[in-house]
Amino acid sequence: MTDISWSERQKSTWRTKVGLAEMLKGGVIMDVVNAEQAVIAAEAGAQAVMALERVPADIRAQGGVARMSDPKLIKEIQEAVSIPVMAKCRIGHFVEAQILEALNVDFIDESEVLTPADDRYHVEKESFRVPFVCGCRDLGEALRRIGEGAAMIRTKGEAGTGDVVEAVRHLRELSGGIRRLQGLRREELMTAAKELGAPYELVLEVAATGKLPVPNFSAGGVATPADAALMMQLGAEAVFVGSGVFKSDNPARRARAVVDAVAHYRDPAKLAEISYDLGEPMVGISTAGLVGEDRLAVRGW
Amino acid sequence: MMQQGTDVPTSLRTHLIGVVSFQGDFQRHISMLHGLGVETREVRNPTDLVGLHGVVLPGGESTTIGMLMERYGVTEALKARAAEGLPIFGTCAGLILLAEDILNSTQPRLGLLPVSVERNAYGRQVESFETRFSSPVFGETALEGVFIRAPRIRTCSPEVELLAALDQEPILVRHGAILGATFHPELTQDTRIHRYFVDMVQTIRAKQLS
Repeated sequence: MTDISWSERQKSTWRTKVGLAEMLKGGVIMDVVNAEQAVIAAEAGAQAVMALERVPADIRAQGGVARMSDPKLIKEIQEAVSIPVMAKCRIGHFVEAQILEALNVDFIDESEVLTPADDRYHVEKESFRVPFVCGCRDLGEALRRIGEGAAMIRTKGEAGTGDVVEAVRHLRELSGGIRRLQGLRREELMTAAKELGAPYELVLEVAATGKLPVPNFSAGGVATPADAALMMQLGAEAVFVGSGVFKSDNPARRARAVVDAVAHYRDPAKLAEISYDLGEPMVGISTAGLVGEDRLAVRGW
Repeated sequence: MMQQGTDVPTSLRTHLIGVVSFQGDFQRHISMLHGLGVETREVRNPTDLVGLHGVVLPGGESTTIGMLMERYGVTEALKARAAEGLPIFGTCAGLILLAEDILNSTQPRLGLLPVSVERNAYGRQVESFETRFSSPVFGETALEGVFIRAPRIRTCSPEVELLAALDQEPILVRHGAILGATFHPELTQDTRIHRYFVDMVQTIRAKQLS
């Protein structure tokens, strides 16, 4: 058997970054604020956890500036579970991102759930060794983030509400945008790129393939197994659950139910069993009543 | 009569391979197998195993996949089929689920391959890498190895066949009808390793029919 030296190895390539996103398909990533919650998530079958200092529902209720987690909490979570550990940095806060990379997190979420650190520029993600996930509301925003180096996209929804309507809206907007590109003639694509505010090369690729070049997950407002299965049937490749689990009556049971629902998202009989007698979901806030600053999804551009 | 006469060779040319589809990159395996002219079925329930000629365990999170396989009765049903000689191919998490021994872990598994593996043994995501390797089994052209939070095979029973290695460590192994890789051939365009598994399925089916 031929041996190949270490020097031929290439670490943190585009393929290993998107590759990890591929491994996370078809599962649930849960927001956790400490090691104890991380263990509950992992035992329920979460495929990864997202470390943050407060879940979105609390960020909403308490207000103030929401920032990256304390490294101590991230370390404790990494020690408590064997599944990938993700963590959030503020939009444009590339030093928080550098710190998260130094902590060896597996994925960084440059997230609108935290208070943005830059009102104009997102983090340049290409040069980081850790892969990034970013939120989007439509195709243009998704392609701008991929152009900056994001290896995974998630539709934003409206975090911390338990109201799935925005998640649905953003995912439909994104897939509708892709379908519209597919219907265009070649000479129309440059104008489409201009109108989307998206890199031309990525517009060409999406028009040709009919999908994003990175996996596309769903986030923001998923509170029940049925919500999770709805996002999967609408074309999400995995689901992020934030406040929906740990703001409910029985987090361990609900976490497990959401995991089961994503695994069996096309099987209504199973979904009925899974949804049975789960206790109270998170209370929730209707997004229709949210105005201006209360809408987290409008952060980022 | 004519129909029966043509039925046997036709069915032997067309294989139906199940891909365990609870979580992970199962879609990549399905695309790869379709490219090789194989029919596939997503496996989420024990009944999905009926009539399959082979099974693939994808990459993903081994704890999550193992837990869901057990919860929905797939582990037990698949073990029963494996005892009858059903070929199974696991990559990365799939290999972990096939291993008899997983260092520092009591997670659910199939335990069909007499190896001991260590999870995430190269380190966390920033240590994920790609490289090239060659193996006499696959000819002159090097293969691509994409290793993502990959496991390492720490010990191997002597009857396990080593098909490829990296730094003298086994990365692709076979034991009877069980094939396991520590990396992700499904993330590349190179179909040789999947072709090898399909050939295994073909040979084993032919043997069972004769």
